[in-house]
Amino acid sequence: MNHYPLWKYLLIFGTLVLGLVYALPNLYGESPAVQVMPLRAHLKADSALLKRVEDALKAAEISPEVLAQDASSIKVRLADIDTQSKTKDVLQAQLGEDYMVALNLQPRSPQWLASMNALPMYLGLDLRGGVHFLLQIDMKSVLDKTLDTSVSEFRATLREQNIPYAGVTREGNSLSVRFRDDATRGKGMAELKQRFAGMEFNDKDSSAEFRLLATLKPQEEQLIQKAALQQNLTTLRNRVNELGVAEPVIQQQGFDRIVVQLPGMQDTTRAEAILGRTATLQVRMVEAHENPDSRDYSPEKIQAAKNGMIPAGTELLYSRRDGREEALLLSKQVVFTGENLTGADASIDQQSSGSVVSVKLDVKGGIAMKNASREGIKRRMAVVLIEKGKAEILTAPTIQSELSNRFQITGMRNTEEANDLALLMRAGALAAPMEIIEKRTVGPSLGADNIKRGFDSTKIGFIAVALFMIVYYLVFGGISVLALGANLLLLVALLSMLQATLTLPGMAGIALTLGMAIDSNVLINERIREELRNGVPPQTAIHVGYDNAFATILDSNITTLIAGVALFMFGSGPIRGFAVVLCLGIMTSMFSSVLVSRAMVNLVYGRKVRLSKVSIG
Amino acid sequence: MELFRFKKDIPFMSYGRLTTTISLVTFILSVFFLASKGLNLGVDFTGGTVMEMHYAQPADVNRVRAELAEMGFHDALVQHFGSSHDVLIQVPVKQNATGSKLSDDVLSKLKTGDASVEMRRVEFVGPQVGKELFENGAMALLLVSLGIVIYLWIRFEWKFGLAAIIANLHDVVIILGFFAFFQWEFSLSVLAAVLAVLGYSVNESVVVFDRIRENFRKMRKAEVTEIIDNAITRTMSRTIITHGSTQLMVTAMLFLGGETLHYFALALTIGILFSIYSSVLVASPLLLIFGVSREDFIKPEKSEAEEVLP
Repeated sequence: MNHYPLWKYLLIFGTLVLGLVYALPNLYGESPAVQVMPLRAHLKADSALLKRVEDALKAAEISPEVLAQDASSIKVRLADIDTQSKTKDVLQAQLGEDYMVALNLQPRSPQWLASMNALPMYLGLDLRGGVHFLLQIDMKSVLDKTLDTSVSEFRATLREQNIPYAGVTREGNSLSVRFRDDATRGKGMAELKQRFAGMEFNDKDSSAEFRLLATLKPQEEQLIQKAALQQNLTTLRNRVNELGVAEPVIQQQGFDRIVVQLPGMQDTTRAEAILGRTATLQVRMVEAHENPDSRDYSPEKIQAAKNGMIPAGTELLYSRRDGREEALLLSKQVVFTGENLTGADASIDQQSSGSVVSVKLDVKGGIAMKNASREGIKRRMAVVLIEKGKAEILTAPTIQSELSNRFQITGMRNTEEANDLALLMRAGALAAPMEIIEKRTVGPSLGADNIKRGFDSTKIGFIAVALFMIVYYLVFGGISVLALGANLLLLVALLSMLQATLTLPGMAGIALTLGMAIDSNVLINERIREELRNGVPPQTAIHVGYDNAFATILDSNITTLIAGVALFMFGSGPIRGFAVVLCLGIMTSMFSSVLVSRAMVNLVYGRKVRLSKVSIG
Repeated sequence: MELFRFKKDIPFMSYGRLTTTISLVTFILSVFFLASKGLNLGVDFTGGTVMEMHYAQPADVNRVRAELAEMGFHDALVQHFGSSHDVLIQVPVKQNATGSKLSDDVLSKLKTGDASVEMRRVEFVGPQVGKELFENGAMALLLVSLGIVIYLWIRFEWKFGLAAIIANLHDVVIILGFFAFFQWEFSLSVLAAVLAVLGYSVNESVVVFDRIRENFRKMRKAEVTEIIDNAITRTMSRTIITHGSTQLMVTAMLFLGGETLHYFALALTIGILFSIYSSVLVASPLLLIFGVSREDFIKPEKSEAEEVLP
């Protein structure tokens, strides 16, 4: 009665082997590494880059342990931390600013494990050290800005259509337009409704005034907030790239918050300065260039400027495209800045079906653009991004016609280039204001201490429990301990497989689940003892013990699972890590304490037909 | 080896008056301390900045205090943390404070006093985040309680669900009472421990309830109190051993887990100890009060069939 069919043994054995394989990378640990990632969309982490890295390392006489290329980066694994920092300096000098060279940790596990996607557990910031920021976007100011822009847009629309109006004012969250009579109000409403699909219009009459109230539709508000969030995410991603941190996490949380996690980052002052900085985008007229197709063609002036003869009020800047440099002489006068930019998106032009970037400006920007373009047809206009005090020309298109607050930049060779430009332009736009509302920093030494503490308490606790179980339940205790070991193995394997973030409370969770998992085995063992005491023959006692205990084990685990799920839903950060471990630990413990231990008991005792005594203390 | 062998059932239910009194007194004391002293909420819930600094030499707490006072943080809390080299600084949240930048300013100020100072850990929590974490914590507690009641209701009967949750919320209140009395810091991880205890100690009641249900089927002639006494006595050994094992793990954490895990482990310890008590001596008397009876489980015609089984 105490044997499993063969397939069940095989299933259990197979699961354990799989668990062992996926838990294995944790034993190898991690080595210092340097990761190289291209920062521009048109640059790829390809074999050419791999060759450059290889050559640079060879020249500097650095011999990496592993040099590998993956989808988005080149990874160089090194023997120690000294070589790591030396390698970083060498590569950064060699590759320049188009590439990010970041310090990283790389699993030391052999290739066959890596190729199975078997990775060590992903350590949280409290274990590996680093900074965690929670940023909140000021959504009110985003909506305020939209409404303020709409005020001038309303006026412009009514003026264009020759609809007389008495005034447009903002009243709280709505815009109020005053008309002289009902007829013009009707006309105005029809016109505005057509132009501003995202708004809701209502008549409102008060003492001899015909008023029209416009409010943002809720879905429009959501769209605006979503766009602001997206823009801030993009801006943050670009800035984090600058920090040279490997595996940063930049994630949306809720509708108005962003989490930024920078593993290994220590200089929080610098991190905060860079995250909080507002990049500037400027659009300026080109005074001289070397392209004969546009106005202001003047190779002589460029040549002179290159020799140091720069006319007053101008500046010599370079535009880079396809690795070619074009020198441009720009006016220092700014047409509009990123502050006036309300949108830049890559799209496909309906007529030419080429890739373009559609640009949207606010009213002020639109007027400036109109004036500049009216007088500047066939002149070139440069889009300049200033970051870290360094100006870079993103593009310098030729003005084809008079433009207003919505226009397109054409001549993109592909969607990728258009995306790249749109992204950089948006990065330069003034993102919605953000505030750091939570910050957690853990130094690397504390992180290492935390790992040691978590590991030590689990180890000592495990040994203590194991000793007690063996002394108390003899062979059955030994089996329980082996099952508990299997539980630990499976839990670690599962955490590694899912790459769930392991935090210090998570490690406490491992220890706690092990302590709780033994409950199932105690229940079973006590049941068997009880049956034996009642005079039931050993084989039957084992069978009944397992069967009777199972319902109880299930009940008690489900209640703990309820607590785990609630913690996961409402917990944040490290607590969530604890909840994940708790939930996973309950599942693995059900498997190991019931199936694994039963399989072992079956193998030890199940074969004997006439079993007169079992060793259960 | 066997530590607990009870020849006769222990008449737990006859101690009802005593145990109820003990429960009631501890419960009322806990509520009293919670109300009078309140919980010493950590930065997680109140908002503010916590910094852990490490000095190469033993740190002079008074000097750190003076340096902070110079910066205008007169209400900063400065104390040794773990060793004499480590200092913990807590600055409560204030209106118009510099927010997240505060820790950077403090570090640079302390560096001028002693260049060897090293930042080990910084936690800045804005007041709105603190409030949310607190609300989420309360929500989680509510959800866990409801979830457990519903589960036990489905699995057993409403009387059991109610008895178990009252018994275990009584544990929770007592843990909180301890934290209020000793003014230990109540942080997010302590809250996690409290919730884990809630889930865990319900186990205990479940095991006893399972036995009670089984006994109702098997011991057909027995009184309700006898059935409960028998159920508790026979699960006693398992109760103590399981909790002992879990406590071994938690004790290791308490002593080896460092400062961060200390209060987490402490909350678990109190929770584990009281959950033994409450599941046995609170939940079961409550069942009696709610008037549990054989009819809650067995429809007469069904029990006839079961009797034939061995």
